[in-house]
Amino acid sequence: MIRPLIVLLLTLLSALPASANPALEAVIARNLDQIEKPSRRTVEPLVAEIAATGPEGLALLSAWANRSLGVSDNGRLLIVEGDSATDAVTGQPVPGADLTMLRPNSGVRGVIDSALVAGEISSPDPARRASALASIARDGTAAHLAALRGAPPEADPTLAQQRERATNLLAIRFDTDPAARVAAINGLAGDVGLDFRAALNPLLATTRIAAPAEPQANIVRELTVGDSDFPKEAAIALLTTQGVLQPRLTPADQRNALAANIVNGTVSGIPVADLSDPAARDRAYEALEAAGTVPPAATDAEADAALAANRFFETYAEPNPDVTDAARAAQVRAQVRLAAMTGIDLGLDALSLASIYFLAAIGLAITFGVMRVINMAHGEFIMMGAYTGYVVQTLIPNRTLSLVAALPLAFVVTFGAGVILYRLVIRHLARRPLETLLATFGVSIALQQLAKNIFGTQARPLTAPAWLEGAITINDVISISSIRVAIFVLALLFLGLFLFIMKRTRLGLEVRAVTQNPGMAASMGINPDRIAMMTFGLGSGIAGIAGVAIGLFAQVTSELGQQYIVQSFMTVVVGGVGNIWGTLAGAGLIGILSKVIESFNPSNTLAAQTFMILFIIIFIQFRPRGIIPQRGRAAEA
Amino acid sequence: MTRKPFILRNPSILVVLAVLAAFTLVVTALSAAYGNGVIPTSTVKVLGKTLCLALAAVAMDLVWGYLGILSLGQMAFFALGGYLIGQWLMYARTEGIVAASLAQNPIPPTAQELQEGVANQIFGVVGSADLPLVWSFAHSLPLQLLLVVAVPGLLALVFGWLAFRSRVNGVYLSILTQAMTLALALWLFQNDSGFRGNNGLSGLQNIPGLDAVDQATLSVWFLWASALALALAYVLAAWVVSGKFGSVVRAIRDDETRVRFLGYPVEGFKLAVFTLAAMITAIAGALYYPQAGIINPAELMPIASIYLAVWVAIGGRGRLYGAIIGAVVVSLLSSWFTGGRAPAIRLPGYTVNWVDWWQVALGISFVLVTLFAPKGIAGLFDWLAGALPPQRHGRDLGPDQGALQEGEAKA
Repeated sequence: MIRPLIVLLLTLLSALPASANPALEAVIARNLDQIEKPSRRTVEPLVAEIAATGPEGLALLSAWANRSLGVSDNGRLLIVEGDSATDAVTGQPVPGADLTMLRPNSGVRGVIDSALVAGEISSPDPARRASALASIARDGTAAHLAALRGAPPEADPTLAQQRERATNLLAIRFDTDPAARVAAINGLAGDVGLDFRAALNPLLATTRIAAPAEPQANIVRELTVGDSDFPKEAAIALLTTQGVLQPRLTPADQRNALAANIVNGTVSGIPVADLSDPAARDRAYEALEAAGTVPPAATDAEADAALAANRFFETYAEPNPDVTDAARAAQVRAQVRLAAMTGIDLGLDALSLASIYFLAAIGLAITFGVMRVINMAHGEFIMMGAYTGYVVQTLIPNRTLSLVAALPLAFVVTFGAGVILYRLVIRHLARRPLETLLATFGVSIALQQLAKNIFGTQARPLTAPAWLEGAITINDVISISSIRVAIFVLALLFLGLFLFIMKRTRLGLEVRAVTQNPGMAASMGINPDRIAMMTFGLGSGIAGIAGVAIGLFAQVTSELGQQYIVQSFMTVVVGGVGNIWGTLAGAGLIGILSKVIESFNPSNTLAAQTFMILFIIIFIQFRPRGIIPQRGRAAEA
Repeated sequence: MTRKPFILRNPSILVVLAVLAAFTLVVTALSAAYGNGVIPTSTVKVLGKTLCLALAAVAMDLVWGYLGILSLGQMAFFALGGYLIGQWLMYARTEGIVAASLAQNPIPPTAQELQEGVANQIFGVVGSADLPLVWSFAHSLPLQLLLVVAVPGLLALVFGWLAFRSRVNGVYLSILTQAMTLALALWLFQNDSGFRGNNGLSGLQNIPGLDAVDQATLSVWFLWASALALALAYVLAAWVVSGKFGSVVRAIRDDETRVRFLGYPVEGFKLAVFTLAAMITAIAGALYYPQAGIINPAELMPIASIYLAVWVAIGGRGRLYGAIIGAVVVSLLSSWFTGGRAPAIRLPGYTVNWVDWWQVALGISFVLVTLFAPKGIAGLFDWLAGALPPQRHGRDLGPDQGALQEGEAKA
């Protein structure tokens, strides 16, 4: 805790020139016996006195707390460091001294540590003040509170703010005056920091008690038996734990009691074989009770009487109602702000997920829009891109450079693969979408196995450059990893690039023409076959780049593509084909919805995915052609 | 004009039934339980399972080859059937074990204690001790057998109604069926879904009440049951696709819009065939998993259903016997090649290890079949029989993308 600070202190102080410190000398001379045998209760004024003597005093204190202070035969205090020893007052090395080490107990060391930190708070060096504050924030005590309050005003505005916050947090926990605690709570109102919420929680901890009359305690509310949060069983359990009521008979106890009283194959005259019936068991037990063999168990009538005789209260552990009221109000405010921030965080997550889906699906959407074929090998193109990134990284050690090289290379590789696939397979299956789907599935399983044969089954690392690691953190709640921001930017870039190609280039014009009416486009002199090949290559190339992006945060395995392919299909189907805005809307809807559903039950992502898919199935009912359906004659083809 | 009897209009039925009967007899005669034991019990199980897969393939062919819906979620029904029969198998068997262990106690157990013990035993692995609501009928074999056909049938009915009503077809429908099986798989993967999460149901090869019968005998019994189910389903499927009903179904495949304009309730036909196929598939699953011994949600992942489509495509869709051939040939070849028993090919500098390369070969051969032999293996029989494609004199076969195209009709 404070140890690093002390080490720092020691190194700083040992560099100081040796000089006598008469004040320290005097204090030690007066209190040597107490230094040798300190008591936690009485040592505080002495520690304060030593601390007041200047840097030598502080060095002595830190050595004392560190158990590296010894006393020699002639009554000198020596600071021991490794094999050498120096005089605590003069700073002179004392070779070959015969000394007894001082071993203060943890209580005394706590007092010394507090005093040291208190000294640090008023240190002229801002860095040391900051580290002292940080150490108090990590592990504050009541002594720190006094030290913080007693310290001179802080000049640095940032540190002043931090110090005020630390003082308030400590006041909530340790202050004896309720008014000061309420003031501290109000001073921090609206804060959503984890430490503030943690400080509030113990104040608001409640216990339930049963009592015949209203107890002298800080009561939250009176409980009514039979409420949804306080059923009759809970009331009876409470009475039982308080010893007001006998425990009721559990089936296991009943069985054991009966088993202990088997006489000649019967229990009070009832044959053992009949005891598989609960009613017979009850009869046998009652008979044993009547005979006095087993202790009577609490009956329903007794339980009801005990319930009627007692009232049930929920009480705060904290006795002062003003404090708990203020804490309750502060907690509610914190929760409201927290909910808003969680919402923002959720939005960021959803946005990043949506951009991943967008990147993965955009290539699929292009090919589907132009040729009406689903490319089942699309996932394998994503995988191919990720592996390209991995191979480039093994060749170029500089990660930034390798990433810059990998992106275009992945595009080239998958563009080529897409064109080959188109020339060899898809062109021959033109206008038979179901068969294309199956043929590309064949390609998909072949490529997957091929990747397994080449790269093995274990995951390959594709490491992001250092500037992409870590996260952008705004506060305890809102944070987003840099890679996801980069992917979002990449998705935006591709949206822009795609819009540019489609709206501003000759290729885009021809693609749009072929999408709308291939026959008419062909009679206008456009070669639909070439356009289809180019779009297929383009779509595959974008899949390759998406693969590099996905590989940066996911495991690169031969199954990488499979994890995204179904979601990509969903994105295309939900968004509607032949329109980039449709894909964007589909990705946005799926991304946001997955995250929202997931936020209801964060531990169960499987359930979230299930509901997501169910939602899509139902959504298709109402918009069978997607959010932005294709209109006109092309939609009929 | 008198119509020829049903069997004579479909000579393939007789051939298939004869081959199936001969196959069953030969395997029985060579099995360890009823013959000289040339075929080990594990192989008998593989053969029995293959018959179940063939049954699922017949159902797939009904949906795809005759109705034109490429369902990529067919194995969901298969696994559901397995899960539903597995519930009874596991419950009844655990009940026997728990009852035996509770009988050690001096006091006989109550019905509730027995049920609690069973639930604890079954769901201990997922940290639960309550019997979920979906297991309410697990104690009763007849009810659970009813559910084997009722639940998948109902699922197909609801899903099909939703999908067909809103005229989702073609590639969209394929993706949607894939989404259905993925959703079901993800749901079953959860521990609190009541089906033991990714542990699945296990120990299904032990049939409660038949403890005295050894696995060798049981495997032959299951082979008989699978063969019988396949024979019955084949006759049923052949009957469904012949006659007027079958003509309408094939017409829907070739041009749905035209059939609708002729006044046929297209959705009703589609629903009927889709639901029937789901039920047949579920029965296949219910016979398959007691032979496999274990079922888990991975069986529902979309890839399994796509493989089913691959088998039917390689065997030859639109021919019921083609589906059987495809399922049997490809699944047996797959298990032979991936089982590590196929001899490796030694090329100079590289040894082709079939465990690694079979998937690649399968994928490539699948592409080749789709490209060059759309009729699959069954096309060979057409060629042998000298069946000629209809002479259309170059006329269009219809505008629909799923239709048999001119080039294909001539092939």
